[in-house]
Amino acid sequence: MGQFGIGQPVRRKEDVRLLTGKGQYTDDVNFDGQTWAAFVRSPQAHAKILSIDTSAAKAAPGVVGVFTGTDMKADGVGTLITDVEFKDLAGKDMFRPKRDFMTIDRVRFVGEIVAVVLANTQAQAKAAAELVMVDYDGLPAVGSTAFAASPDSPVIWEEHGSNVGIHWENRPEAEIDVHMAKAKTRVTVDIVNNRVVPNPMEPRCAVSKWENGELTMYAPTQGGRRIQQGIAKIVMNLPADKVRIISPDVGGGFGIRGKLYPELGVVAWAARKIDRPVKWRGDRSETFVSDYHGRDQINHAELGLDANGRVVALKVRTIVNCGAYFAENGPRLPINGGGRIIPGVYDIENFYFSVRPVLSNTVPTDTYRGAGRPEANFLMERLMDAAADATGLARDEIRRRNVIKPEQFPYRTQMGMLIDSGDFIGNMDMAMKAADWAGFDARRAESAKRGKLRGIGLSNFVEPSGGRPTEEMRIAVSPEGKATVYAGTHSHGQGHETVWAQLLESFLGIPFENVTLVQGDTKIMPKEAAGTFGSRSSWMGGVGLQRSAKRIVEKGTKIAANLMQSEPEKVSFDAGVFRAGTSSVTLAEVAKASYEPKNLPDGMEPGLDESYFLKRDPEEFNYPNGTHVIEVEVDPDLGKIEMLNYIAVDDCGKVLNPFIVHGQVYGGVAQGIGQAMTEMTVYDDEGQLVTGSFMDYGMPRAEHLSMIDALFNEVPCKTNDLGVKGAGEAGACGAPGAFVSAVCDALKGYGIRHIDMPMTPDRVWATIQKAKAGKAA
Amino acid sequence: MENFGYHTPASVADAAKLLDANEDAKLMSGGMTLLPTLKQRLAAPSDLIDLAKIPDIKGVCRDGDELVIGAMTTHAEVHENALVRELIPGLASLAGQIGDPAVRHRGTIGGSCANADPAADYPAGTLGHGATFVTNKRKIAADDFFLGLFETALEPGEIIVGVRFPIPVWSHYQKLRHPASGYAVVGVLVAQTKSGVRVAVTGAGPSAFRATAMEEALAKDFSVKAIEGITVDADDLNNDIHASAAYRAHVVTVLAKRAVAAR
Ligand SMILES: Cc1cc2nc3c(=O)[nH]c(=O)nc-3n(C[C@H](O)[C@H](O)[C@H](O)COP(=O)(O)OP(=O)(O)OC[C@H]3O[C@@H](n4cnc5c(N)ncnc54)[C@H](O)[C@@H]3O)c2cc1C
Repeated sequence: MGQFGIGQPVRRKEDVRLLTGKGQYTDDVNFDGQTWAAFVRSPQAHAKILSIDTSAAKAAPGVVGVFTGTDMKADGVGTLITDVEFKDLAGKDMFRPKRDFMTIDRVRFVGEIVAVVLANTQAQAKAAAELVMVDYDGLPAVGSTAFAASPDSPVIWEEHGSNVGIHWENRPEAEIDVHMAKAKTRVTVDIVNNRVVPNPMEPRCAVSKWENGELTMYAPTQGGRRIQQGIAKIVMNLPADKVRIISPDVGGGFGIRGKLYPELGVVAWAARKIDRPVKWRGDRSETFVSDYHGRDQINHAELGLDANGRVVALKVRTIVNCGAYFAENGPRLPINGGGRIIPGVYDIENFYFSVRPVLSNTVPTDTYRGAGRPEANFLMERLMDAAADATGLARDEIRRRNVIKPEQFPYRTQMGMLIDSGDFIGNMDMAMKAADWAGFDARRAESAKRGKLRGIGLSNFVEPSGGRPTEEMRIAVSPEGKATVYAGTHSHGQGHETVWAQLLESFLGIPFENVTLVQGDTKIMPKEAAGTFGSRSSWMGGVGLQRSAKRIVEKGTKIAANLMQSEPEKVSFDAGVFRAGTSSVTLAEVAKASYEPKNLPDGMEPGLDESYFLKRDPEEFNYPNGTHVIEVEVDPDLGKIEMLNYIAVDDCGKVLNPFIVHGQVYGGVAQGIGQAMTEMTVYDDEGQLVTGSFMDYGMPRAEHLSMIDALFNEVPCKTNDLGVKGAGEAGACGAPGAFVSAVCDALKGYGIRHIDMPMTPDRVWATIQKAKAGKAA
Repeated sequence: MENFGYHTPASVADAAKLLDANEDAKLMSGGMTLLPTLKQRLAAPSDLIDLAKIPDIKGVCRDGDELVIGAMTTHAEVHENALVRELIPGLASLAGQIGDPAVRHRGTIGGSCANADPAADYPAGTLGHGATFVTNKRKIAADDFFLGLFETALEPGEIIVGVRFPIPVWSHYQKLRHPASGYAVVGVLVAQTKSGVRVAVTGAGPSAFRATAMEEALAKDFSVKAIEGITVDADDLNNDIHASAAYRAHVVTVLAKRAVAAR
């Protein structure tokens, strides 16, 4: 493969544009005559709305309109999407509260939209928003996950009578109790998977215009098609083709940019209502209280092992805090997203798990980098460490005894998922060797001399990837032989401009620099475009392109045969050249010829423009996996943790571009370490978000991280033609488990077995004090 | 942000006149604290009086046994200044630990001290060195300057012009940074000055304070051991989501010991 082919560490095409300020983000888009929107957001976590008085705001300078949920409802606007349905074992449906785009008679979290003000300038809109008088009748609030699930908690949805949406179970618990009873060793863990605020670099933004019976809206999304459909159907009551969503450059997705947020609906609706363009630029404070949050689980789990340290049964009970409403994917994450893969890389036959999604007075939670899988892997790895502790086996040994072995692939999990391939022992060997696990004791002794406690930890993970089961990709070759990829996928940091060009150079011999990516515009993207999330694009987009390219070659072969006066069966294609005997024509020549009907076989449409609609079994995934090892040093006097070394061994199947996958690993690891070390989301007893800015909320920074060594253990995926597995979420899956394992290893002298994330100095120090006191007692 | 009048006086006297003339006016130095409050609509002053164009309140010079730092000198300038590095390296180091590079290149010593954030570093730096604030009206010893949470001895219309630091025999600053803001969860400055040992603490309480028991112990025996068992009373300290009062009390001693150990 040439310099730009598959597998080459090609530098990102898009970076020059993005790093020199030439990117085009939604905020760079302005329409003539636009108004600015400012939202009136609830300062209270839980209250009845007695009245909303908009008169002063309406009279304020520059104000064009002030609207509430009642106005939207009067226009027939529906409610937001909860794309989740579950039944409990008795067949009872999950409770699904309805969420209006702007709440009407009750607020249920701080930041919930109560009204929108439209004015000629943003400053006028913001000033007038303060004049909207809302009369609240405060109600008791609940922010805490554990409390929300308890019978003493205030109830957010009286009509349901409880905050628990469903008690979902995969099977009757008694079926697994039988096996658990046979265990020689039983370990339990109780862990909190802390809530995080995702914080993409670009805050949300939207600008819309209503013209000739059509709505056009720019907004950062992860693919626009679903937003388009939602806006058309729920908000505008229009056919989808009368709504155009354009996502230009997007500054980070992480799962949470793919959602139909209420602000999008309001900005779309308002443009038609006032017949003027509307722009909203959210600020960082709004990000904190209106972008969906991530994680927020409490897990109680039990693992039973036999005399050989083999797992005989696993039981997990999860409470997940879904916030005030069930967002699009909310309760799906701990069930289909992560829950069913809790056994992870381990061969565990008897598995019970139950999930209680609870409602509380907090921002709804939804998909965030990993979407349930980091939580699942973290839980399993904490159990494995506990099992090592209880059985006296080394942390790697207990894992080695339980991982799925190469000869077991394809391996059907007890939840019915089919893991095609993997080398779980190989991952561990590679990571431990790279981390010099064997030499750790000497390093620990050296640290001890400096008064520091050194620890090493590892974590295995596997994360079903693929997202939605359909995608469409299109390749159009111009008469000059240049290609445009019309992608259903959507790059918002993943580097598709580069990778799709690499693929086309490999498949079609079209030079890397002659490939252009078009994406993110519902008017020109393929009809069945799905978008980018769930580590799916290399598979669904990559294979989609591969198949489209095959169609290009098939058609090109027929044209080439015509041009060379040969038969299609005698024509071969390689590296951009069609050959028949001693004659040859290039793809560029064929492309040129394809636009002149005289060159075409009878009945053939002109042009060289092919697309492919890729469809897979919705229950089919690929299974990126790996082992991450972290070494840390704890300063016991301050409780402060320093990360010293990070080894990531990832099996993401065939690596299309190692440079880009490294970037994905680094970013994912940083987010995982952030969750484990600095990212603390605190709601107080009144339901106020206390950590609502970067002054209080600790995003991970370079100073918190060590260098990360990203290695690959490439085991090609067997279920797709490219052999790829996902790569976007692995870091976030591997890092928290390895980090906590390492810190607990450092602190094992105190008898400390677990500390909940985020492991802030204050918390680490307090845990050490408690352990010391317990020992003294 | 609401509209406001914007002024760039060329002298402290002009600034003072503007301040007296507009009841709802505010001085602005680096704007690092002030501007976010305007943007978040938490404050809406009628006028901003920007001190940036006043030439003689910026920079560092030596005056006998004192270093004089102009109120408009940025943290980055203090950190990099050759005189500060030579004569009070502990202060240069402190300035270099403030916030992030952007903040260090805008934020000023005058703005920081006037603001008196309980977690800011300069309050420990000025108190620990026994510095004196020079305003357009008088001189105020650092010991009398920090009165409480965001509260100083400055009167309405009073402008910090500069800070005079007696050159110490030795000083050292230790800081536990907040992972989000960079501010001090706890910061301790220990100095051996010509008038004795000073230990100043920031971040831990509602306002910077001196750990007098440690000062006395160190005056007798300047060693880590001397302050081993000395703790500040946790009851007087901040207790918040980032750190408990007990933790802060503990960290004060740890950092003081580390500062002394650096001697
Ligand atoms: C992200 C971030 C991180 C930070 N981290 C730290 C940190 O780690 N440690 C730390 O110590 N600080 C930190 N700061 C604070 C920063 O260093 C500035 O010192 C502080 O914001 C105030 O200085 P300024 O010059 O910007 O003052 P301004 O914001 O301009 O003014 C602050 C206040 O002081 C008044 N004022 C200004 N100048 C004078 C004067 N000469 N006389 C009288 N009153 C005056 C103003 O009217 C205003 O009320 C941080 C700030 C930010 C934004």
